[in-house]
Amino acid sequence: MENIDHQKVFDAKIEQDANIEAKDWMPEDYRKHLIRQISQQAHSEVIGMQPEGNWITRAPSLRAKKILLAKIQDEGGHGLYLYSAAETLGIGRDELIKQLHDGNAKYSNIFNYPSLTWADIGAIGWLVDGAAIVNQVSLQRTSYGPYSRAMVRICKEESFHQRQGYEIMANMMAGTADQQEMAQDAMNRWWWPALMMFGPHDTDSPHTGNAFKWKIKRQSNDHLRQKFIDKTVQQAEVIGLKIPDNQLKWNEEKKCYDHGEINWNEFYEVINGNGPCNRQRLNNHIKAHEEGEWVRKAASAYAIKQKSTVSQ
Amino acid sequence: MKHQEALLTLTLRLGDNPLVLGHRLGEWCSKAPILEEDLALTNMALDMIGRAEVLLRYAALIEGKNHTEDDLAYKRGERKFYNHLIVEQPNGNFAFTIARQLYVSLYEFLYYSELMNSKDETLSAIAHKAIKEIKYHLKHASDWTIRLGDGTDERHHKMQEAINELWMFTGELFESDEVDEQMSELGIAPYPADLIGKWKTELIDILSEAKLSLPEESYMQTGSRNGIHTEYLGYILADMQYLQRAYPNAKW
Ligand SMILES: [Fe+2]
Ligand SMILES: [Fe+2]
Repeated sequence: MENIDHQKVFDAKIEQDANIEAKDWMPEDYRKHLIRQISQQAHSEVIGMQPEGNWITRAPSLRAKKILLAKIQDEGGHGLYLYSAAETLGIGRDELIKQLHDGNAKYSNIFNYPSLTWADIGAIGWLVDGAAIVNQVSLQRTSYGPYSRAMVRICKEESFHQRQGYEIMANMMAGTADQQEMAQDAMNRWWWPALMMFGPHDTDSPHTGNAFKWKIKRQSNDHLRQKFIDKTVQQAEVIGLKIPDNQLKWNEEKKCYDHGEINWNEFYEVINGNGPCNRQRLNNHIKAHEEGEWVRKAASAYAIKQKSTVSQ
Repeated sequence: MKHQEALLTLTLRLGDNPLVLGHRLGEWCSKAPILEEDLALTNMALDMIGRAEVLLRYAALIEGKNHTEDDLAYKRGERKFYNHLIVEQPNGNFAFTIARQLYVSLYEFLYYSELMNSKDETLSAIAHKAIKEIKYHLKHASDWTIRLGDGTDERHHKMQEAINELWMFTGELFESDEVDEQMSELGIAPYPADLIGKWKTELIDILSEAKLSLPEESYMQTGSRNGIHTEYLGYILADMQYLQRAYPNAKW
């Protein structure tokens, strides 16, 4: 009887676009769905530090190095906000990290691609953060309060990320022939994986039904992907980069770009662990975590000791 | 020695230290024991690179050859770098990085506290900004030294080992030559040798709170004041300077 009432209250809140808060009753599947989605996003922020971190020591100017360091720190900070949001659902960061290491939690596929040249730092900021922003802006209206608020904070910082990436690309396109070649090559390699970031087509998307009903997800994969394409094509043109899709064409009737088919085979292979960097990224995370265990233990032992001295 | 030459050497030394230490700290990205520390260490790297940038910009101005701070960071060879040997030492484990930071930040805290009063306005202004960051770096390093040292067994052992191993690089912090003499006489910079007493006293305080012991006096490494380094610097520069060297005409 009681459950039915809870369910009604919950449904009414969702219906009225009110936020669900941590202390509110929520269906178990709603909680599970959120934990999966938020933790995946948290892990993505953190694993995403690796391909960009790959260029900190080699950034070509002191200014570029500072911007990159600041940008990567933002991403780590986003990871912290999201882990905290997940914690409000009753699961700790240790457990979430364990799920990541066991392979039970995923992170964004995009970070399983390598960052090979400095232009990749431009492409990641511009295209990868650019795609992430489209998704995150939409999630600001997600139904779970702590998640929605984390997204609002994150979105405030994200536009700088995209701008710095675009600036790198623009500088390189205005530079030497070598630089232009590097920039176009990065564009060619990152464009399609960036489109894949929005997930499968709406017709093939297994989790979408409930996510929409619960207003966790507010806009569909294809809708968001289209938004990203439409804003990015012009940005590419302005600096002279070609989109590596010869089927890309403005559709006057629909007022948006038509694009070629995404290689979904590659998408599923990378999800299933066969991307070029899956093992490297995960192993690096596991290694750092294991090597750091003694330090984490030391910190908590010291905290306990401090507490007991204070209370004595 | 001409005044300008001495000031240039001083400023390069001051700039190269955070440049190289910032490089090392940046290597911690995605490797730290916990996310919060990943952010703390790379944030220190950011402070360091920012400080190197303004100091090398000033050095380029003093030099008067139309160079930029990037020219000085990216196009100088290893024999023309003047950072202390300690900052180029590899990160090692977390305790090692903390010990390195403790030695350096404590030294920098004393040095920059005096540099704030420099008769050279630019250096004084740089020191005023840097001291806030250095205070935080010192607190971070001493807090961790205490946390790791004042534990049992493994932790204590690792921290003591790091403290011992880096000890031979600390003598160099206080080396003082003709440049330092000239600069301190003019009230432009402190005389490093004068700082050793305070440095040791404060270090002993921190180490004893951490239940660690001060290493015994031993032979000290030297060289950086003449641009002579450990083998590590060459690799740092190979990494850092790669793009600028490979594409000399490119602007980024
Ligand atoms: Fe982010
Ligand atoms: Fe971002």
